[in-house]
Amino acid sequence: MRATVFATRNHKEIVRDPITLLIGMGLPILLLGLFSVMQKNMPFALYEINNLTPGVIVFGFSFLTLFSGMLLGKDKSSSFLMRIFASPMSATDYILGYMLPFIPIAFLQISLCMLTAFFLGLSFNKSLLLMILVLLVISSLYIGIGVLLGTLFTDKQVGGIFAIFVNITTWLSGTWFTLDMIGGTFQSIAQLLPFVHAVNAARDIMDGAYVDMLRSLAVVIGYTVLIMLTAISTFKRKMQG
Amino acid sequence: MTIKIKSLTKRYKEHVAVNQLTLDIQQGEIFALLGQNAAGKTTTIKMLCGLLKPSEGDAIFDSGTIVQNQKAVKQIINISPQETAVAPNLTVHENLLFIGQIYGYTKDHARHHAQEQMELFGLSSRQHNKAKTLSGGYQRRLSVAMAMMTNPKVLFLDEPTLGMDVRSRNDLWNILMQLKGKVTIIVTSHYLQEIEVLADRVGIMHRGQLCALGTIQKLMMETGKKSLEDAFLVMTEEELL
Repeated sequence: MRATVFATRNHKEIVRDPITLLIGMGLPILLLGLFSVMQKNMPFALYEINNLTPGVIVFGFSFLTLFSGMLLGKDKSSSFLMRIFASPMSATDYILGYMLPFIPIAFLQISLCMLTAFFLGLSFNKSLLLMILVLLVISSLYIGIGVLLGTLFTDKQVGGIFAIFVNITTWLSGTWFTLDMIGGTFQSIAQLLPFVHAVNAARDIMDGAYVDMLRSLAVVIGYTVLIMLTAISTFKRKMQG
Repeated sequence: MTIKIKSLTKRYKEHVAVNQLTLDIQQGEIFALLGQNAAGKTTTIKMLCGLLKPSEGDAIFDSGTIVQNQKAVKQIINISPQETAVAPNLTVHENLLFIGQIYGYTKDHARHHAQEQMELFGLSSRQHNKAKTLSGGYQRRLSVAMAMMTNPKVLFLDEPTLGMDVRSRNDLWNILMQLKGKVTIIVTSHYLQEIEVLADRVGIMHRGQLCALGTIQKLMMETGKKSLEDAFLVMTEEELL
């Protein structure tokens, strides 16, 4: 109940600041369009819409990291968090309250990107419905990272860290190029992180490779659980000063 | 609600922020905690609100102690932090409802109580305005109204009139005077004129220790000074090198 009340407050805070939200929604759509145009002029298949759509949607989730981190960071800077720390809410209430409002935003991001992809030539099949579910699970990883960053840093620091984060997710996720194009240590590091597995899980569904999808998704879920537990325990420590 | 503070201590490695603080705060009194910057006032308030874990000692409220029954204590206290700590994109009314509901009020109960607070704090005409559009004085009023929203038995006010104009400050004093005898109020402030008007008793902290305790008249008599400000300066005088 308290988590729901807190989530409602956080939802209002986000949707009433529409400019950042529009950037988070608009940029992935723009990228889909641009890379589709590039593909038309390329002699080989790198940015085909089937391959591009899941990657761009997952890339768009990095904005959820920014939004959730900034929201929490701002609450900390303005002492709003201090006010609610003094209330009977638990650390789990806080974390859920910060995470839940981003799920519908992730759903909106997914829907808008998929509509754009249909317009750009993506053909509909039943796997796409399953992909929406998997993408929602993946979005919780990115939201969780934002909540952890917001717990540890101020809103201004989160802004700076996001610039690094978005580069890491871009380069190490295999969204724009396959990792074996570089290979070596780069590829090994990328495999240790969850971002490439997130993109692979979404792509595997498009290809109907459900076993591969489950393997990739397991890594993503593992990371999500780890990050959420870390966020909760860090939050608990912060609540005690 | 009487508060018995026993040997309350907060240590950060070698630094002792609050050292063996022992005192009783009586039911319904306005108790002022004074001190220079870094004297340990805010650390004391944070420990009493359950925002910081004491290194030693405890504080006993009617519902429990801050070490053993923190959740029960949190249910009967509230705080208006030094910064205004309001949700910027929520309206005045929504800010009040939010606080009521995270303390377990039903929506109807919270609505009814929010109406009372808006009338008491002169916020009714601004109830549909977003908090971020209010002037500093009105934000401060809202901050105190949010703290009062839950009918706390103990109210902590950290610099409640910081940034307020003369009229707003006077209005808030009048509201606090109405609460005298009903709510135990612990206030910190650098405006000693405000303390002379409001406080029943004063505790002066210096370098983490309570160096004076009593009514304003008693402190003035002990120091042979004619104002609280002069008495305060004598009691917190640093040794000249």
